[in-house]
Amino acid sequence: MATLLKIEEIAPAFKRYLVEMPEIARKHQAGQFVIVLLHDHGERIPLTIADSDADAGTLTLVVQEVGKSTMEMGTLKEGDEIQVVGPLGTPTHIENVGTCVCVGGGAGIAPLLPIAQAMKEAGNEVVSILGGRTKELVILRDEMTAASNEMIYTTDDGSFGAKGFVTNALERFIKERGKPEMVIAIGPAIMMKAVAEMTRPLEIPTVVSLNTIMIDGTGMCGGCRVSVGGDSKFVCVDGPEFDAHTVDFDLMMKRQRTFLVEEEEARRRYLEHHECQATKGGELS
Amino acid sequence: MARELTKKERMQIPRQPMPAQDPMERIRNFGEVALGLTPEMAIAEAERCLECKKPRCVEGCPVGIDIPAFIVEMADGNFEKALAIVKKDNTLPAICGRVCPQEDQCEQVCVVGNKYKPVAIGRLERFVADWEVAQGGEIAMPERQPETGFKVAVVGSGPAGLACAAQLAILGHSVTLFEALHKAGGVLVYGIPEFRLPKKIVEEEVGNLQKLGVELRFNFVVGKLASVQELFTEYDFDSVFIATGAGLPYFMGIPGEDYIGVYSANEFLTRVNLMKGFDFPAYDTPVGMGRRVAVVGSGNVAMDCLRTAKRLGAEEVICLYRRTRAESPARLEELEHAEEEAIDFRWLSSPVEIYGDDDARVRGVRVQKMELGEPDASGRRRPVPIEGEQYDMEMDTVIMGIGQGPNPLVTRSTEDLELNRWGNIVVNEETMMTSIPGVFAGGDIVTGAATVILAMGAGKVAAAGIDDYLRNEVRVPRSKADGT
Ligand SMILES: Cc1cc2nc3c(=O)[nH]c(=O)nc-3n(C[C@H](O)[C@H](O)[C@H](O)COP(=O)(O)OP(=O)(O)OC[C@H]3O[C@@H](n4cnc5c(N)ncnc54)[C@H](O)[C@@H]3O)c2cc1C
Ligand code: FES
Repeated sequence: MATLLKIEEIAPAFKRYLVEMPEIARKHQAGQFVIVLLHDHGERIPLTIADSDADAGTLTLVVQEVGKSTMEMGTLKEGDEIQVVGPLGTPTHIENVGTCVCVGGGAGIAPLLPIAQAMKEAGNEVVSILGGRTKELVILRDEMTAASNEMIYTTDDGSFGAKGFVTNALERFIKERGKPEMVIAIGPAIMMKAVAEMTRPLEIPTVVSLNTIMIDGTGMCGGCRVSVGGDSKFVCVDGPEFDAHTVDFDLMMKRQRTFLVEEEEARRRYLEHHECQATKGGELS
Repeated sequence: MARELTKKERMQIPRQPMPAQDPMERIRNFGEVALGLTPEMAIAEAERCLECKKPRCVEGCPVGIDIPAFIVEMADGNFEKALAIVKKDNTLPAICGRVCPQEDQCEQVCVVGNKYKPVAIGRLERFVADWEVAQGGEIAMPERQPETGFKVAVVGSGPAGLACAAQLAILGHSVTLFEALHKAGGVLVYGIPEFRLPKKIVEEEVGNLQKLGVELRFNFVVGKLASVQELFTEYDFDSVFIATGAGLPYFMGIPGEDYIGVYSANEFLTRVNLMKGFDFPAYDTPVGMGRRVAVVGSGNVAMDCLRTAKRLGAEEVICLYRRTRAESPARLEELEHAEEEAIDFRWLSSPVEIYGDDDARVRGVRVQKMELGEPDASGRRRPVPIEGEQYDMEMDTVIMGIGQGPNPLVTRSTEDLELNRWGNIVVNEETMMTSIPGVFAGGDIVTGAATVILAMGAGKVAAAGIDDYLRNEVRVPRSKADGT
């Protein structure tokens, strides 16, 4: 069992959890994730690791409350315990390539943080482009600033940074400054797809991190499979990162909707039973 | 005292039928199908045994249980003694009595079976194990030998891991069992459904292991949280046993397999058994099964999927198998149970494509009719497509129950571990030691998908191999050697 040491709300429907998990903290590498189980009746929830501190023995998880389980997680208190398994997935390949643009949208900014940190550490010029619907949903700005050489922001409503999408900012960046050696994009599937479409003709190596439905996270069920370069791959063990130009995003986005009806039912029931503050909700990516 | 019976009289006692839930009743619940013999039936069944001087059944048993000896005690009504005899060689009788393919093992070679039906050895095994539990009170536990100070890591809590851990603990070693999931039992908890093997039984066995002093570490993925090498260097273990099973699901490689509504058998069964998805929304994991369900394959795994789908309320449950009933690898008992439960078997039928709608949801399966051709290398007649004979079947859900390969997480992350060309670990069969000194392996990860009893047997052989290695080669536990 892992104890929740600290819980803060960092944006509407976004919470940051500091979890005591020394073994995972020691092993965690950028790009990996954990699976969390709240209780015996719970489902196994894959969550990205936003940060880890090997000395303090802690992990940081940033969770957007979108469904029943993440909302329920949001009602936990400091001192409560959950089950955590990890670190899962293949770590990011970290290398000094030159300039690396890190594109993050919504909850995808959380897993991007350790990758940006590691890329900067490796000597890259890290340019981060972060976007969200509105200013307060562009999370982890300070942390990302510390992990980057340069920051660019976009919001859909223009409340912060440039009005528009992260892809507009990326396009502008490339036009003004030339092609970066690498792009890493993490966010809603639709955003990652748009980035991939943009960098494909320019032949800029682009990596995305996929968040599919998962159960075990160890390659045992195949529920997380995606089509990559025409082959079926398991996101939990072969990924979560893949070459963006080979991923079948359309199929993946459809597969993410497998349990839409059930998820909606669970969410509705949950909200009916717990007229909690969570009604603000988030939007499904 | 047992009745004096002649050989002839013994042979004339009919094989006692297993009381079972009515098929139309049981397809509406997840309760156990086979209900177990009554004490009277068990004694009558035991009386059928001829007590052969050279019992072939013992050779037929992968772990060599002294079958006539335990059956004689049963015929006398000495259930406690009978159980002690079984437990000498099989620590998990309540499980094996339920899921072993006895018809291919002990019962296949039973002499009574030459003329009549063989003695129902499996049912008797189950009976004594259940009898002990029904008595209440403490389960008799084997005595632990004095502490040796050696630490052994057992990776994976399926039958191979459970058996090995129990045996090592009895031998006095300090054992930690590492399991990737949040529950112990491997296939026994995530694969085999409640109606064949109540999970309470597995929980009891796991509880017994804890009573023997075995430490359980759940949510611990070896190869991720610690590599096999690190179990030695960072966790101070003196030996490691790898029992990670054959958990990698295979797909057919036909078009449409990534559509929504196509599951591996593992995913489907895990959602239902491990995560209790049959009780959604009381449990949070959905199963999302449609009205018409096709299961591809005809082994035990496929039978479990078919019968689970039926119980979840699917209206049409269809089995697609490219050979015929005669070649079906499922246990006959499972096949018959499925037939009683009105599963629609389509023999000589192989899916060639899954088609879907614009949202990528499954709409149906294109099926190719097959016929049996010339025998292949294995001697089985090979199914060949009949040209031009394809038809479409509308389906909401398609479950692939065509087999599993070795789980690669540990094997991929362990340097110098010798694997065969299918990715299974190569071991010395006498000791179960791998190509890395001190690292042992057993169960499905070595043999490929096999059976509970073989995995358990491998766990026991490995425990002996590990014990020998520790006492004769390591001699001084790492934790002590380091300290001074
Ligand atoms: C649906 C189904 C029905 C079956 N029915 C029967 C039957 O009726 N009779 C019969 O005899 N056999 C049956 N079998 C086969 C039988 O269950 C297996 O042969 C047996 O369970 C193998 O045991 P094992 O200990 O080798 O592995 P498993 O039972 O597969 O256990 C392996 C364990 O290791 C864990 N693990 C894997 N990787 C790691 C890691 N990296 N770190 C930590 N832990 C890890 C897994 O989570 C799992 O718990 C069935 C199998 C299935 C799937
Ligand atoms: S989550 Fe089960 S195989 Fe990836």
